[in-house]
Amino acid sequence: MLRRAVEELSTGSDSDYSKYWISWFLSSKGNEYFCEVEEDYILDRFNLTGLNTEVTNYSQALDLITDNLDDDIQDELRGSLDVQARLLYGLIHARWIVTARGLAKMLEKYKKADFGRCPRILCQSQPLLPVGLTDIPYEKSVKLYCPRCEDLYSPKSSRHGSIDGAYFGTSFPHLLFLVYPHLIPPKSGPPDITAGASSEGRRVAPGRRAREELEGSVTEGVGEGVSTAAAALKADRYRPKIFGFQVNEIAKLQRWQEAIRDRQVARLEDLDV
Amino acid sequence: MSRHQQSSSLGPSQEELEEEEAVSGEGDEVMGEAEDGEGYTSSTPTSTLTWISWFCSLPGHEYFCEVSEDFIEDDFNLTGLNAMVPFWKEAMEMVLDVEPDEDSARVPDVSIVEASAELLYGLVHQRYIITRQGLQAMADKYENATFGSCPRVYCQNCYVVPCGRSDVPGLDTVKLYCPNCHDIYSPPSSRFQGIDGAFFGTTFAHLFFQSYRELAPAPFYKLSSSAASSSISPARSPRNASDSGHLEEEAFVNPNPYGGQKRAAGKVYVSRIYGFRVSERAKSGPRMTWLRMRPESPGDLDMVDWRGRWLDEEGGSEFEEDEDEEGGDRPMEDFDPVRTGLK
Repeated sequence: MLRRAVEELSTGSDSDYSKYWISWFLSSKGNEYFCEVEEDYILDRFNLTGLNTEVTNYSQALDLITDNLDDDIQDELRGSLDVQARLLYGLIHARWIVTARGLAKMLEKYKKADFGRCPRILCQSQPLLPVGLTDIPYEKSVKLYCPRCEDLYSPKSSRHGSIDGAYFGTSFPHLLFLVYPHLIPPKSGPPDITAGASSEGRRVAPGRRAREELEGSVTEGVGEGVSTAAAALKADRYRPKIFGFQVNEIAKLQRWQEAIRDRQVARLEDLDV
Repeated sequence: MSRHQQSSSLGPSQEELEEEEAVSGEGDEVMGEAEDGEGYTSSTPTSTLTWISWFCSLPGHEYFCEVSEDFIEDDFNLTGLNAMVPFWKEAMEMVLDVEPDEDSARVPDVSIVEASAELLYGLVHQRYIITRQGLQAMADKYENATFGSCPRVYCQNCYVVPCGRSDVPGLDTVKLYCPNCHDIYSPPSSRFQGIDGAFFGTTFAHLFFQSYRELAPAPFYKLSSSAASSSISPARSPRNASDSGHLEEEAFVNPNPYGGQKRAAGKVYVSRIYGFRVSERAKSGPRMTWLRMRPESPGDLDMVDWRGRWLDEEGGSEFEEDEDEEGGDRPMEDFDPVRTGLK
């Protein structure tokens, strides 16, 4: 239904926007998650390898995206072509955002929190990143990845909830933080996208710090280095309480989870990651 | 109108209520029903709607349930609230739809009383929803998905309940608690961002799932459903293993009778690049999977002691080299209510 509405919008506003399909696409409602794929990238056929089998009317859809479509095309074909053009653009987009320039473009959007903020209270409105659960189109809708709690959330608005996850791919957010490790957000405190965990420089000698934290003593956590081995120890978590008392079974589960965490921290500090 | 011999601090409000009865009783036969808390015609223009129903039907007030007037009229339930609510008497009158006194002219503005009435209702609501009646009322709303579902993808739309972060009003807005991931989230719509979390309190969400254990996901999880039965069987009591047999597929049993009795949505997100897991050795590798993890069997929970240390594998962990690992921990187990309560 949404798609049809946008199609109508597209045909209706053809006269205004027909010049640049991509800018029309990006500015239409619901497409806020997409970034602009540079024309050079689309025009390089190498980048489109294999997409011709995924998209019917591939060459015409490509012409539509690149604004080279003949004006004398039939109206009914134009309607279905728009759907194919979206699919094609989405699949190109998934490839584009994992290139160096695509990552940089998405980073700008992330810094503006274009993808929304984490609904988890203790993530303190951490900006999110879009991610797919599969790279195959028409399977799963787009989800949002929070780099602070490292979990997935559904978009708040159904407009975004109906976007295909394959248009962003499964790798994008993880590749982003692999390329920009200094942007990995700290696990506590208010989000500051320009300065990640490492540039804030929170690290003491491995092992000792972790133990100090286990003992509950306040550590200064100031130093240089870029380890994230013990980052999880900083993470806040919610503890359910009834009249101020923890709930037995949940407290047990949380202790178990924290023991898992401590074991990982110990393992990583041993490796001195 | 029971409990006349309450503490002296309740005296004034009790008198006020009696006064109201007396005042309203004059030549108004409708008020007779009012004392029963039923069929109460309100003094507001929309006479069929009580103030409470009206308040609960306002946009953004969907999370509130209707507190029964009996509960509000029992002064014992209001202990201490009159110190927190300005214009107590007027607020009570408004909430209970009692005709105001003649001397109500001393109130400067109706909107002030409205704010007081809202505060009063919210605080009573916090107390009401942890009573048996209130929990039932909230359970009805819960099953109708009034509170929405968890935004976390792998909680699979598990329903959430409203939850405060403080029992004192004016500190924080209402949050939503997910029983599956045991975490709290901001409500998806901004219309709930003006609702005080204290009107739901810190206790309700958890008492709710203690009271309705069949709605609470269990703390353990095994991936496939065919394997799920084997995860249950080791800790399962012989009673179940013998008589249920192949029914294990459907029947889910948490051996802890005081724990959640619902099968958990236990999948945890694994970050991948081009299909390959991101190694934890990478700087950007996974650090937070523990937050959502569940053990495969309920017995695994007992592998960690009350201080959060592993009982058996001291060799694997750096922390347990500390002082008294075995010698200190083992004797304590017998005194640990957490462990003894479960066994």
